[in-house]
Amino acid sequence: MNLLSTLKHMSASDQIARLFLLLFGVLLLVSFGAYLYALRDRPLERQAAWQRNWRRFQRDLRATWLGACLFWFAWISGAVGATLLFAVFSFLALREFITLVHTQRGDHRSLIVAFFVLLPLQYLLVGTRTFDLFSVLIPVYGFLALPVVSALADEPQRFLERNAKIQWGVMVCVYGLSHAPALLLLDFPGYQGRGAFLLLFLVLVVSVSQIVQALASRALRRRPVARRISRSFSMRSWWLGTLCAALVGALLYWITPFKAGQALVLGFIAACAGSLGGLVMKALKRDAGVRSWGNRSSITGAVGLLDRIAAMCFAAPVFFHSVRWYFKLQIA
Amino acid sequence: MSLADSMGHLLAFIARLITGAQGHWKGCPPAAEQRIYIANHQSHFDWVLIWAALPHELRAQTRPIAARDYWTASRFKTWLTSDVFHAVYVSRTRASPDDDPLEPLLDALKQGDSLALFPEGTRSSKGEPQAFKAGIYHLAEQFPEIPVIPTWIDNVQRVMPKGEVVPVPILCTVTFGAPLHLQPGEGKHEFLERARAAVMAQRPSAA
Repeated sequence: MNLLSTLKHMSASDQIARLFLLLFGVLLLVSFGAYLYALRDRPLERQAAWQRNWRRFQRDLRATWLGACLFWFAWISGAVGATLLFAVFSFLALREFITLVHTQRGDHRSLIVAFFVLLPLQYLLVGTRTFDLFSVLIPVYGFLALPVVSALADEPQRFLERNAKIQWGVMVCVYGLSHAPALLLLDFPGYQGRGAFLLLFLVLVVSVSQIVQALASRALRRRPVARRISRSFSMRSWWLGTLCAALVGALLYWITPFKAGQALVLGFIAACAGSLGGLVMKALKRDAGVRSWGNRSSITGAVGLLDRIAAMCFAAPVFFHSVRWYFKLQIA
Repeated sequence: MSLADSMGHLLAFIARLITGAQGHWKGCPPAAEQRIYIANHQSHFDWVLIWAALPHELRAQTRPIAARDYWTASRFKTWLTSDVFHAVYVSRTRASPDDDPLEPLLDALKQGDSLALFPEGTRSSKGEPQAFKAGIYHLAEQFPEIPVIPTWIDNVQRVMPKGEVVPVPILCTVTFGAPLHLQPGEGKHEFLERARAAVMAQRPSAA
């Protein structure tokens, strides 16, 4: 703990340097280790299974590298760059969402409002730190605007269903995700200019919970809670993942404005929201009858962007508003 | 890089941003050989999608067909079709009875260019393509060695339904199937039916 409190009192730039050193160092080690491991001789009968696992591992590793580089890019480009980056993510994610929920002709104008009015406006509000309007734009004003535009299109068939789909997409992909750059810009007393750490804290905690949960469900093979939605989601692996994430959160308290205990609880909340949100997104995928977001990607084996960031879309708003509420931060 | 080239890059970028324009080469690899692509036609966006789904090297020698009266109506339209897309113009009306409307297409094929055409002749908003026009049969008859690639463009009617001007971002795919050739002794009607079935067979089966 002594080491950690020394770290906490370092200057921001020293902390950043150490963090990125750590992050890229670990990634380099893992990549290099995996490369050496792949060179090993294997018996022929295990080749096929190994190949499959290896491809999946490589795909995930590449995504992690990409994520780390993007995070670094978001850091050096500052508030504007980070906001733009997440706006692009939102756009791509909403595109995947809308593609799979099968909207109809009458939805055209509502979709234009969602993509070209609500999305840019929401990120403009993040960029200008107008957090009071930012938290209500979509749930209050957007909630009314979308069905109004839809009603004006004069198409009564399945009206509720069609509007619910679009509003869900906007809530998850735009409103949810926009809280990630909002964390960067949140003003914490005595913590100016370090918002990026809050975001990093969130990303790390949520990823740890996902990874541990996936590993645990493979190792434990417990009975799934909701078999028809997810064959891997069991209570025990969920607890394991979430608790590990909370622990990692506590160990990372030195990059946050929290005390160790607060970091533990907030890490738990974020991991909880992330993994349960992931489950909800899985249910949506089952409903649409696909295995992953992205357009018919089963052909190429690629996974959509929304598969990667689904957990964040749910974890970010919950985490953001928990922090704001608990620390009574001024948002105006 | 000329202005027309930049415009081409820009349009391909916009098409990818809005639709992803994923090319799925199911029945044949993308190759620098002479081909005739035939596709279903649902929106003005169709040609740009095929074009953006093609690898960059194949774009310059793959040419769309444009109706002369519509696409040369203004200077911008003319520039877009001739300089950017190198379109082959056809007339929808015959000046004299023995005028062959396919003449410009045959000339383009003689030059070694690939063509992309929509044999339905017009945009259809129903799920299934309309019956194919005979032009494709005459081309296949005169150039039996050029493979005809059946192509299905999926989802594009959701991007820009007829009558709307602003496209909505929705992922689209362009699926290229196995090449067709006119069989010896195959009649016009049989070939057109076979081509239409082959185009529809490329439709992604997922609901």
